[in-house]
Amino acid sequence: MLADNNINSYLLVGAVLFVCGVICMATKRNGIGVLMGVELVLNGANVNFVAFSKFTRLGLDGQVFSLFVIVLAAAEAAVALAIALNFYNNHLTIDVDRASKLRG
Amino acid sequence: MGQSFLFTFFALSTCLSAIAVVVSQTVVRMAFWLIISLGSTAALFFLAEADFVGAAQLLVYVGGTLVLLVFGVMLTASGPYLKIATAPGETIVAGLLGMLFLFMVYSSVGDVQWVGAEGVSAVKSAGDGGLQPGNTLRPIGLSLFGLRPDKDLDGDGPAAPGYLLPFEIVSVHLLVVLIGAAYLARAKRSRAANQ
Repeated sequence: MLADNNINSYLLVGAVLFVCGVICMATKRNGIGVLMGVELVLNGANVNFVAFSKFTRLGLDGQVFSLFVIVLAAAEAAVALAIALNFYNNHLTIDVDRASKLRG
Repeated sequence: MGQSFLFTFFALSTCLSAIAVVVSQTVVRMAFWLIISLGSTAALFFLAEADFVGAAQLLVYVGGTLVLLVFGVMLTASGPYLKIATAPGETIVAGLLGMLFLFMVYSSVGDVQWVGAEGVSAVKSAGDGGLQPGNTLRPIGLSLFGLRPDKDLDGDGPAAPGYLLPFEIVSVHLLVVLIGAAYLARAKRSRAANQ
């Protein structure tokens, strides 16, 4: 099943990365763990883009889009880490369950 | 044969370290397994003839973003609430839900007959335009300038759209984001200093 001349094996790797990222985002209570889940999800999307760029008539567009995804993931990580540091300065923890001040 | 073995090795390494990211409880170990997973994904990109994307993945993701994450771990790894663990019941439920979700995603994706997915590399089939398989640096650079020599081979019709405007938008976005992040994370008096 894991042959490299088959699009479905690349899509399986992308699906595993996506599901791991979603589970990581849902279960981790550490804020930086949630960020790592986001990185895994974006990486699964990148694997799919590159697979479609290789195996379909998409051509180079998939690779250019995965480059944009990589750059935007870096920007997202920078902003999210700044927010996490701010939250740590105010609450002395990054447990996301304690971020409940906006609860009505 | 060798390429198939390499693909199997790196695909297994990617998936197993992603699962290890979910399972492990310490943040530093999660960062380590994430480095292994993203590096193996870069190797998968090299195997898929996307060498520039693989190099960018290694440089930006593994070299930049993960260093940023490790710095975040170091800056927040003290204080009274250091032990942040998930309850075992939640882990079991999340594992079951994850397997169901993976089955749903993969069974629906695998049923689709992708158009043109006949195992021919699109980069390779671009043919006599000077494109070698895996040599994607020059066409990607030209497409970021708005030129598409890989799509305009037949000559007729309107020119294929390039990526000049998204490239400019992304660069300004990156500048704004970095200024905003530096503003958000600037040194302030914390509540610990007040007490």
